[in-house]
Amino acid sequence: MEAAVLTDRFPRTQVLPSQDMPTYQVAGEDLLETVRFLRDAQGFDLLADLCGIDWKDRTPRFGVVIHLLSTTHKEYVRLHVGAVNDTVPSVSSLHPGANWHEREAFDMFGIRFDGHPDPRRILMWDAYPYHPLRKEFPLAGIEVPLPAADVAEVTGQTVEPAPMMGGPFVSPGGKLSEGEPSALDQSWNEEKPKA
Amino acid sequence: MVKSDFGYNSKVEGEVIVTRADAVVNWVRSNSVWPMPMGLACCAIELMGAGGSRFDISRFGMEVMRFSPRQADCMIVAGTVTYKMAEVVRRIYDQMAEPKWVVAMGACASTGGMYRSYATLQGVDNIVPVDIYISGCPPRPEALLDGMMLLQEKIRQEGGSLKRTFRGRTVETKIVR
Repeated sequence: MEAAVLTDRFPRTQVLPSQDMPTYQVAGEDLLETVRFLRDAQGFDLLADLCGIDWKDRTPRFGVVIHLLSTTHKEYVRLHVGAVNDTVPSVSSLHPGANWHEREAFDMFGIRFDGHPDPRRILMWDAYPYHPLRKEFPLAGIEVPLPAADVAEVTGQTVEPAPMMGGPFVSPGGKLSEGEPSALDQSWNEEKPKA
Repeated sequence: MVKSDFGYNSKVEGEVIVTRADAVVNWVRSNSVWPMPMGLACCAIELMGAGGSRFDISRFGMEVMRFSPRQADCMIVAGTVTYKMAEVVRRIYDQMAEPKWVVAMGACASTGGMYRSYATLQGVDNIVPVDIYISGCPPRPEALLDGMMLLQEKIRQEGGSLKRTFRGRTVETKIVR
């Protein structure tokens, strides 16, 4: 598919640089029509992937990436949509397979999908207060109560942070080597690079 | 059953065997441990292997995998326990009838294993008392059988058959925090 096919029809669409497959920046308002056009007129009939991105410094902060595959032309295309107000239109009405992918993106990043038939978390439990794949969330986790209050009462257990330091993969004492996982040193994150 | 647990003299006693109630009860329990397969990850595949003909867990009276906790004696926690699943594991443990035992199979069930993150319970002993820990990632079926034989040994050595095993166990294997 030529890039002009898409950019002529949807003027707000831009071509993004990419090393593997044609990639377009699509406006949120155009997303549904774009996916429908690609599915019905261009043969991109399979939704291969849908995931979220935390851009951290950009506005809008979050984006959604959609990979579409044409099973007849053996072609991929990638769409990126910025999540204005953390919201993106749901494509699960066009590709039912997007349903759980969108729930996962909501669970991990807090991106809301407008028009989703079942906008719940999918991996973490419903009452979990964070979105774990956001850049500011530490891999070790943040302490919260267990999902079930009665089990928490009997066992005295909470959802505990589990830093690599002090865990079974780190020998106590000594200097961290460069080769060790970056998650090892919990002071390290996107804002404060590894010392 | 160890030799001193029973006495038998055919000339004096005819067809009578004398033993202690505890010893015979423990002997029966240890040779008919019905497992509840709490298969949560790849360890469950090795657990299935242990149930198959090559490793044949039925040699130890444990082939009767019960998928209802009410009919099981021993919960084999095989795999990664997430915080979301921890509630279910505890509830199933609570539904099992006394006496009951728990085997933590593999690194994940024992300590959280390589999943050191926000989502994974760092060892099933945080929510249920554990009798036997089996190392390995995943453990081979032989290691599981070895652990189950250790469990049999433990059952045979238990005191009074009316002992409340849960309370007894919490004292013995204190929940490590």
